[in-house]
Amino acid sequence: MGQVVVETNNLTKTYDGFTAVEGLNLRIEEGEIFGFLGPNGAGKTTTILMLLGLTEPSSGTAQVCGYNPTREPLKVKRIVGYLPERVGFYEDLTARQNLRYTTELNNLPKEEVEQKITDLLATAGLSAVADQQVSTFSRGMKQRLGIADIRIKEPKLAFLDEPTTGIDPEGIDEILKLIVSMAKRKITVIFCSHQLHQVQKICTRVGILAKGHLVADGSIDRLGGETAGGGRYRIEAEVDQASPQLVTSIQQVKGVLAVQPSGNSLLISCDKDLRGQIAKVIVDSDSLLVGMKIEEYSLERIYKKYSKEA
Amino acid sequence: MYAVFRKELADHLASRRFAILFMLVFLAAVLAIYVAIQNIRSVVTPTTEFVFLKMFTTSGETLPSFPFFISLFVPIIGIALGFDSINTERASGNLSRLLSQPIYRDSVINGKFLAGLAIMSAMIVTVIAIVAGLGLRIIGVPPSSEETLRLIVFAIITIVYGAFWMALAALFSVFFNRAATSMLASIALWIFFFFFMSMIAGAIANVQAPLGSSPTAEEMIRNYGIQGMLGRISPCTLYGEATTALLTPELGSLNAALMVLSTFTSGRMVTPLPFNQSLLLIWPQVVSLVALAAICFGVSYVKFMTEEIRSI
Repeated sequence: MGQVVVETNNLTKTYDGFTAVEGLNLRIEEGEIFGFLGPNGAGKTTTILMLLGLTEPSSGTAQVCGYNPTREPLKVKRIVGYLPERVGFYEDLTARQNLRYTTELNNLPKEEVEQKITDLLATAGLSAVADQQVSTFSRGMKQRLGIADIRIKEPKLAFLDEPTTGIDPEGIDEILKLIVSMAKRKITVIFCSHQLHQVQKICTRVGILAKGHLVADGSIDRLGGETAGGGRYRIEAEVDQASPQLVTSIQQVKGVLAVQPSGNSLLISCDKDLRGQIAKVIVDSDSLLVGMKIEEYSLERIYKKYSKEA
Repeated sequence: MYAVFRKELADHLASRRFAILFMLVFLAAVLAIYVAIQNIRSVVTPTTEFVFLKMFTTSGETLPSFPFFISLFVPIIGIALGFDSINTERASGNLSRLLSQPIYRDSVINGKFLAGLAIMSAMIVTVIAIVAGLGLRIIGVPPSSEETLRLIVFAIITIVYGAFWMALAALFSVFFNRAATSMLASIALWIFFFFFMSMIAGAIANVQAPLGSSPTAEEMIRNYGIQGMLGRISPCTLYGEATTALLTPELGSLNAALMVLSTFTSGRMVTPLPFNQSLLLIWPQVVSLVALAAICFGVSYVKFMTEEIRSI
């Protein structure tokens, strides 16, 4: 068990009668990439703002690396990096100047700073434009600069609020790579998003927030197991002229958990990749196998299930 | 706070806005000198005591005097330096990033305000120095120590006046989310105070104390008294009165009524007020200006400090 980096206890935030976050109990350990999921307005950003000490909780407590963000905001901000949604930089300044300003605000020693800025800009793939004004940057470049901006203060914990929104697929991959490289450097990452497949790619654990409540919290494997069907894979077989007993014969294949006909297709939930066996059963039953698709259970299903429950 | 201050200062100095404002101020200085050279010989008599100050206050037939230019430009400079100080940070997504750095929240607003103040002070001192320097070269009369003192106080009051407009613009920038809105609001208020306040004061005074076709001195005193009182609601009037008294030592009173009276008793001996008496005369105006600036800054400070950072 790693060291606990974030711990909240019944954290609640109410804005003039509207409850943004209610009774949130979170526990995040060092080195995790925690996927914080939820639809827009679920309270993800509010939670982050409370953890940063930018907003006071209405009730409940939070601890970030052992500090109370409401009472000791500066200590928290020194070791925590925050990449807001739609991050902005000073458009008239260059990427390098923007980062330098951050180092000044953090009182980092001047001698070491320049080399670090150069290195981080290189990591973020911005070396070529380091001395260009930020106003010429694309959304993706700004987000990558934002990650460099967080890393320059060598935080223990980083909050990334929707870092991939509005960015092309290639840019998203680059950002995800940067996030993974942060985790490798022992930076705990809290990754807020509603882009499920991205969270699934990199997060070790997810929490799903819906209407201010944490409705699910756990590793993707565990949450997946709890979701309908329970199987790890979902196979969709398109069958023509299906024989009547086909469903029962597929159900008898070892490892198949559930079979559900839907139109011309059969939705099969199973623990292993059983495409070969299932195909054989279909062909043996004199039905025509038209096509087959396999899909690992997706976070999307988990997410939909839990946000419906809320 | 020092980091914020330094960055804002550097930003201002490098900005186009600064270049434009500086040209504006430079223009004011050149015009003032031009006016002074044109007219100085006609207003200075052998008995004139404050020749050097005369150079600042001389106005031509078509061109107004230096204090008038300054009273026109200083609010514009103040507004230009303050109107987007907070809301642009918010709109550009910089504010939440900035506030997540280990600095106190007030460092942001203090640093920005001080940087603006520093820039404005530099501009005002520069323009006064330009006029003084050129004037010295052209008319060849060096300023006396009292004149120098009066000019220094003039510079300080002008800076306070500019600080008021900057604080007002900053106040709007905290309250309004769009920079254009806060700029329009500040300019609207400036136009109101600068152009309309005296008209409104005059209209109200005419209702309260109507002047007949041949008004008596008493009626005029009452009318001008009301006008003067109402006019002092406007910071433009406060500044105008303060600088006039400061740069024209011959002016014995700021009471509009007494000034009217003096027109009836023309030909009286005009003895310039000593420096400390002039200062005493303008003290209420100066205190009011300082208070107005402090109130504006205070309100924006409190609003900025207590404002919740929200997700949208």
